[in-house]
Amino acid sequence: MAAWGKPNRQSADEAKERLKLVLIHDRTDLSQDELSTMKNELLAVISRHVEIDPELVKISMSHDGREQKLTADIPLKTSHRRKIG
Amino acid sequence: MAAIVVTITSGKGGVGKTTTTANLAVALAEDGFKVVCIDGDIGLRNLDVVLGLENRIVYDLVDIVENRCRIRQAMIRDKRLEELYLIPAAQTRDKSAVSPSDMIRVCDELRSEVDYIIIDSPAGIERGFRNTIAPADIILVVTNPEVSAVRDADRIIGLVEAEEKGPAKLIINRVNPGLTKRGDMLTPEDVVELLAIELIGVIPDDENVVISTNRGQPVALDPKSKTGQAFKNIAKRLQGQTVPFMQLEDKGDFMSKVAGLFKQGGD
Repeated sequence: MAAWGKPNRQSADEAKERLKLVLIHDRTDLSQDELSTMKNELLAVISRHVEIDPELVKISMSHDGREQKLTADIPLKTSHRRKIG
Repeated sequence: MAAIVVTITSGKGGVGKTTTTANLAVALAEDGFKVVCIDGDIGLRNLDVVLGLENRIVYDLVDIVENRCRIRQAMIRDKRLEELYLIPAAQTRDKSAVSPSDMIRVCDELRSEVDYIIIDSPAGIERGFRNTIAPADIILVVTNPEVSAVRDADRIIGLVEAEEKGPAKLIINRVNPGLTKRGDMLTPEDVVELLAIELIGVIPDDENVVISTNRGQPVALDPKSKTGQAFKNIAKRLQGQTVPFMQLEDKGDFMSKVAGLFKQGGD
């Protein structure tokens, strides 16, 4: 595709950022509130099996083309295991 | 012959579906194909006036569906081109007068006789939209580089996918190079990135479209029109040809301001 000029992006940047968020929610039918409820439930389940730091957990919606993805980045606490080892 | 059925849709109204349908039909007919366009907007017919054929309507799509005429009798031949026809919508009925299976039946009957069937979809995601995508082989989604039009286009693209009619292809209409250059309009690249479907056409914002619509003469009939060329390029891409996207010039910015100043001074 040819390059259309884009110096000095202003309101178009804002439009694009707003649209990105709107489209994620339109496509999944999942509100920010529901997403955070789901995150808490997931954390509760995972915490029963392994030790995690809830502060470091990142759960977000992203997309690959028109495919929507729920991405979770959950670092495990390693200190406990090291002590045993 | 086995026609290809192309449906032009958008979700949001006023983005240029009917203009695109008329110009694409003209461009394909200019390339020597036999083309029938169908106005799927029952109750709000417009393709007839955009094509300048409003005074020649005798029968319409609902007359065909309700067996008051044969398909042939409802096909208005455009005298400007060898093989361009219009099947108009009924004006005094609503979308429920036609069903998706009626549309499939009408198109199937036409398939052996023409090369392309171009269907203009009504705005919205209800019955009329479902009627027009039912017979489609290819769906083209028209949008403008504006938040509301892009959002609605995304919804339509999702519905087309859900109906297993995808992937739809994208036409970005009314691109204003001046605004785009200033950073005050989404670029075609932005829109393609957001909607994540294949781009098949970029049409500049052009006041000549208003003028040509006033006259019932689609811009694709004007060999000198750049906008007409943009529609012709879509027709070529539909035929499988690789045509580079044209560089849109920023004529509305500096020079028109200068011209505007002179005009003000002279008045």
